[in-house]
Amino acid sequence: MSNPPSNLLPILDRFGPHLNRASPVRLATDAEPDRLVKTHCCFCGQQCGIQLKVKDNVVTGFEPWYDFPFNRGMLCPKGVKRYLQGAHPDRLLTAFKRDTSVPEGFSPMGYQEAITRVASEIARIQKTYGNSAMGVLSGASLTVEKAYLMGKFARVCLKTPYIDYNGRLCMVSAGAGNKKAFGIDRAANPWSDIPKAELIWISGANVAECAPITTEYVWQARENGARIIVVDPRITPLARTCDLFLPVKPGRDIALFNGVLHLMIEKGWIDRPFIEQFTVGFDKVAEHVASWNPTKTAEVTGIPERLIRQAAEWWGTAKSSFLMHARGIEHHSHGVQNVLGSINMVLASGRIGREGCGYGTITGQANGQGGREHGQKCDQLPGWRDISNPVDRAHIAKIWGIAEPDMPGPGVDCYEMFRKIDKGEIKGLISLCFNPIVSLPDNNFIARALGKLEFYVAIDFFMNETARHADIVLPGSLQEEDEGVVTQIEGKVIKINKAVDCPGDAKQDWRIVQDIAAALDRPKGFTFTEPRAIFDELRVASKGGVADYSGITYEKIEQQYGVCWPCYSEDPSGKPIDHAGTPRLFEPGSWNVVAKGAGPFYFPDGKARFNVAPYTPPAEDVDAEYPLMLTTGRVISQFLSGTQTRRIGPLVDQYPEPRIEMHPQLAERMGIKDGDWVTAESRRGDCTLQAMVVTTIRPDTIFIPYHWPGRKSANQLTISAQDPISKIPEYKVCAVRIRKADRPPEWAGKLEPQQG
Amino acid sequence: MSVPSHLNFYIDPSRCIGCQACVQACTECDTHKGISMIHLETVDRAHSTQTIPVVCMHCDSPTCAEVCPADAIKRTPDGVVQSARKPRCIACNNCVLACPFGVPKMKVEFELMMKCDMCYDRSSVGLKPMCASVCPSQALFFGTREEIEAARPQSAPIDRFQFGNQTITTKVKMMGPRSVSGQRPEHLDVTAALDPNPPARSISLGVLNGSH
Repeated sequence: MSNPPSNLLPILDRFGPHLNRASPVRLATDAEPDRLVKTHCCFCGQQCGIQLKVKDNVVTGFEPWYDFPFNRGMLCPKGVKRYLQGAHPDRLLTAFKRDTSVPEGFSPMGYQEAITRVASEIARIQKTYGNSAMGVLSGASLTVEKAYLMGKFARVCLKTPYIDYNGRLCMVSAGAGNKKAFGIDRAANPWSDIPKAELIWISGANVAECAPITTEYVWQARENGARIIVVDPRITPLARTCDLFLPVKPGRDIALFNGVLHLMIEKGWIDRPFIEQFTVGFDKVAEHVASWNPTKTAEVTGIPERLIRQAAEWWGTAKSSFLMHARGIEHHSHGVQNVLGSINMVLASGRIGREGCGYGTITGQANGQGGREHGQKCDQLPGWRDISNPVDRAHIAKIWGIAEPDMPGPGVDCYEMFRKIDKGEIKGLISLCFNPIVSLPDNNFIARALGKLEFYVAIDFFMNETARHADIVLPGSLQEEDEGVVTQIEGKVIKINKAVDCPGDAKQDWRIVQDIAAALDRPKGFTFTEPRAIFDELRVASKGGVADYSGITYEKIEQQYGVCWPCYSEDPSGKPIDHAGTPRLFEPGSWNVVAKGAGPFYFPDGKARFNVAPYTPPAEDVDAEYPLMLTTGRVISQFLSGTQTRRIGPLVDQYPEPRIEMHPQLAERMGIKDGDWVTAESRRGDCTLQAMVVTTIRPDTIFIPYHWPGRKSANQLTISAQDPISKIPEYKVCAVRIRKADRPPEWAGKLEPQQG
Repeated sequence: MSVPSHLNFYIDPSRCIGCQACVQACTECDTHKGISMIHLETVDRAHSTQTIPVVCMHCDSPTCAEVCPADAIKRTPDGVVQSARKPRCIACNNCVLACPFGVPKMKVEFELMMKCDMCYDRSSVGLKPMCASVCPSQALFFGTREEIEAARPQSAPIDRFQFGNQTITTKVKMMGPRSVSGQRPEHLDVTAALDPNPPARSISLGVLNGSH
């Protein structure tokens, strides 16, 4: 059923991606905006403050918001040009239905007719195959209100366990590792602690390109005398001037962390009193890392031994420090172990929970934090509650007005949902804020699975590449067309403000979901009239949970420029309080809902956990047939699957098409020159792109950015191996080979750079 | 209106991450009509991720103005060298060729030289220029001398540049090391800095090539 038209050109012609450039309104210097709206960027987890210029219900540009403390007016190029996603020629202004009689494959239909059709298909599928035959995919770029509603919609309206979200590709390894070690999953410190640290350790994070504003915090630390250690297979822009660069072999981070801890113990560079008073499990970890001597560590990691010793000495003897990591260590089949290894280093140093002593995972998506707290994860209920825990189930069932036994149990991660689609267990799919055919690994499999669905409805503001497989596409809303909250990189809840109305038949996403519930004749619990009402229900639902939002209001967010959760509405004795929130976790003497005063960490005894983190090689190691490692990542001018940024002209101009980064030693061996067409092949697929020959990458590794679809997609090659705990896919390493291509790919000269 | 004398523009290339936020934001300045007046130099991408944002240095004696046969380039009393005046510019390219910093660009489609004017509509009312507002690494900084001295104790501003026999003093300041061999550098010898193999680069290469 759900296959897109085989000829792409008509669908590209009708739905894009086309490039939007500055409008005549923008270029007229006398065109004063009607108003400036203080809000935030729609892209990454830093959630920079920005003022949008609005004229005649169109966002026409921006003005820096100097007063917002996190970024003080700073923006990356995506933030600068984000306004060009509005008033875009590709914008879906009506609902669309699959129509094989037209070359572009879709024809417009009335909104209400589309909703009725969606509801009747859902009802048919659930009647024929059971409630669990419907699946829901949602996303971490949605506001907290929408994320909360999607979890409730799946469990209460559709009564299916099968909901998961694109944060599965992003924050879940960090989340699982933090939960195991600290009992809570949130960056432990405000970013203002970074410049106060004397050592900055950055593992697997291309900070300059993926969290650009964080650069200024790191540079400020350097101005204050800090040393910077960067661990990465590539010399990223931030690594260029760091004090120590450790060129780790992809997939070997845990070996490095264990090796550093080994040296810390050997040299006595550990905080014994802290370990004894505030942690459990150190001895087992110490025993485990005993074998990780520098020689073995160097052999496994590919990092020269002297650099490992230097790093251990600097880390071991620092008085204050900030360790941060991102997808570079998390996108692995042992991503959680990598995270635990890094946390072991932090705990052994005792440098956490104090000013200038911090740890943080760098959040990817806009609401990468808030989107993973309130129930759109397959095993989770609002407030970081557990859908398998009877007490948590009873609490949420009561708020949702359903009987606890009627609430479905845990579902499966989003990749497993596609395996269930492939096996015929899931027959119908609703997606919002997720473009899996670009973003999931081994995406030839995803395309095959989509073809087996009986019914697929996609909600989006543009016809994303996955939506081309849909039976019905419903016109959703851009971030600037709605209000709500998101939780940024520091765990701070901030407010997105509405700048313009939805154009045409487009509707705010939460209204669309509620319209479907109404058409299914299951409106109970889906009659909210504004995001604030959803937020108020969520506050109650999160109360008493680890991610407690009960003390947060839209007004408090505005007054304080954001509120860090947990933010309680009552003190430990149950007396109402006006709580300012919790910018820094784990401060000595601090109270939390789990430890209840026993200690600063979120376990009943208040102590953090050391976890033995054993090294295992990547799921697919190199061999004679596939002798190179492929690692994937981002470029600064694009964001995730590119649904928005591949439609913004100046951003596409900046880095038009993916290229294969490789070291000149490798290029020379293969007879490849910079700019040559090169075919990279894995056991799952191949991809022909132009070579970018640079000395800033390991000679045994190639890099391809993943923002592009179709035959330009790096995810044709990647492996669907997943971490057994977090279920994150192993995007950061698989085995490939390369050869100089015989000829340019078929699309060369036919498709525009942003298309595929 | 003029740029307040206590506000200065500083460039620190060691902070630059090549993101082009400056170039993209320049096009968004209300008077730039969607065109960027600045550019980003990629030094040698084959060997380094190093990049340098190039904004106008606003020279005290601007070479561009000195070589202009049509007297189209004016320096306002606050020290900002303005973009060429449309009615006067004859698109001769003299300024483009003469500027030692490589700043002015000829816009053939308009038959006009256009260059960075420090976002005069903003800076002349005390607002930060667009590029320095957005720069995520603050490689471009607009503020007071006190602010930069407090925030950047490792570096010091330089406003004198040596190009062969020509010495140029600029309004915009370049951040350099506060101390070189125990001395505070007073000027930057650009000609001498054109060494194609600075030592820092070879160290990075050695690490990736596996040489210990």
